[in-house]
Amino acid sequence: MLAMNFRGPFRVRADRDRPFPEIEHPEDAIVKVIRSCICGSDLHLYHGLVPDTRVGSTFGHEFIGEIVEVGSSVEKVKVGDRVMVPFNIACGKCAFCKQELYGQCHEANPQSTAAGGIFGYSHTAGGYNGGQAEYVRVPYADVGPTVIPDWMDPDDAVLLTDVVPTGYQAAEMGGIQEGDTVVVFGAGPIGIMAAKSAWLFGAGRVIVIDQLDYRLEFVKEFAQCEVYNFKHLEDPVVFIKKITDSLGADVCIDAVGCEAAGDTMNTMLGRKLLMQGGSTTALHWAINSVKKGGIVSIVGVYGPIDALVPIGNVVNKGITIRASQASVKRLLPKMIEHVKNGIIDPKAMITHRIPLEEVGEGYHIFSKKLDNCIKTVLIPPSA
Amino acid sequence: MIGDETKPKDFRNERGGDHSHIKGWGIDRDPKNDPTYPMKHRTDEEIEGYTWERPEQQPVTVEVLKSVERPNIPAVFGNTVPPSGLSGALRRLAFKYSESSYGRWLPLVMADRIGEVEGIFEDLGNGHIPNLFAEHGLKSEWKYNRKNFVLKSAVTAAAIAGAILLFTRKKRD
Repeated sequence: MLAMNFRGPFRVRADRDRPFPEIEHPEDAIVKVIRSCICGSDLHLYHGLVPDTRVGSTFGHEFIGEIVEVGSSVEKVKVGDRVMVPFNIACGKCAFCKQELYGQCHEANPQSTAAGGIFGYSHTAGGYNGGQAEYVRVPYADVGPTVIPDWMDPDDAVLLTDVVPTGYQAAEMGGIQEGDTVVVFGAGPIGIMAAKSAWLFGAGRVIVIDQLDYRLEFVKEFAQCEVYNFKHLEDPVVFIKKITDSLGADVCIDAVGCEAAGDTMNTMLGRKLLMQGGSTTALHWAINSVKKGGIVSIVGVYGPIDALVPIGNVVNKGITIRASQASVKRLLPKMIEHVKNGIIDPKAMITHRIPLEEVGEGYHIFSKKLDNCIKTVLIPPSA
Repeated sequence: MIGDETKPKDFRNERGGDHSHIKGWGIDRDPKNDPTYPMKHRTDEEIEGYTWERPEQQPVTVEVLKSVERPNIPAVFGNTVPPSGLSGALRRLAFKYSESSYGRWLPLVMADRIGEVEGIFEDLGNGHIPNLFAEHGLKSEWKYNRKNFVLKSAVTAAAIAGAILLFTRKKRD
């Protein structure tokens, strides 16, 4: 079958001789992929920033498809169902799944106790192949996969497997109270959804900070928020203090993660020399821009190695930090309702639809932010 | 875009403003959203430890490296790309250490880089010459970022030409 094949940092291709996935466990299903996305966090793999990303892996944790085979124990979905598959692989039985922490399942990842299992996201996240392929193995098929409603556009559905719930949970973790000022660092798809979601929790002001004007223009329109380009600001933290009555924002959201720009030392240590778990610039700014007693919400992805953060300021300001991989299964019903009611329009973020055969171009365009790229969808030839 | 010349008085937090133009404003607001609610649905099971009814165990048919921080292999796991070669030996070494140790992560970073070289030999061994132009997605660089593409190509060509010149001159000397 045709599938993406990682060959090393900045090198991916689509090979036609990749083996078909097989049922490995009674609760498995095999899904024929209809759409998959390249996520901003896939770029961390693509750039070689996630340890134990093995050559020969297939990426892709945002995908939808049709079930073509099920294991002997699968009862809730059947062959022919079109499903959206949350990026978290979750058993539904462990202590963490029962607390609805589906991003922290303890029965899906032998390699790490910190991370749960994630499709196509290195062996640090369980060593599973991902959905940038014609077919993919989906474990615990009775738990994660959710049937796509007939009325739902597949382009909306595929964004409900990660982007939408992750952005929503970023705002949810902010504990936003009515009238709060919320600053979102990062105008990628997750930051865009976080800004949009902040209003749903009653924010009074939503501000987005990024360095790419075309993305800021998009989020300004899409999420009806204030936008600022940090390249035009002498010091983003001072600027945010100035525009929030000199006290800081109530809530700051890090929707950037380990590839943040804006600080040379962090870029060198985190992105070039791999001496820490990524560049922490956005997190620095979030911690230093939030009001005393405020909340910093982190959904940006960082590597497992230590990373420099101004922890003294966290203590001195009495900040609460909340962070998590999104619990997609918990949030999906609400996200589906929001799409149905026209509250959110995920597919508006899709700027590029690329054949799976040209996956190398898709990654390069997204990585280099060419052609005003916001979100790239890969379409297999058999879809 | 607004820059640093913006004065503080230009902005003022005003709670209770009119947000009727934003569809869905406030529909999910929840004054009870404290730092652990609702992300964590508390159950009594969380204090009982490793006691849940485990799913059936997936058969282990390939070498699977396991964190030393857990007592067992989870019920399901990915069985792709088992460790092999020099990179595999480094990965096995890394998994002797806990996730809180640099001994765990630095060998894995090194193994990834070695794995890239092993991948090239694997390709060549299979009679496949990697198409670096396509793998790097340079068609789109040519299409959307042509100036940079030409500049980088010229610098690369000059560097190669310089190296060849240096090498051949040394030989002649």
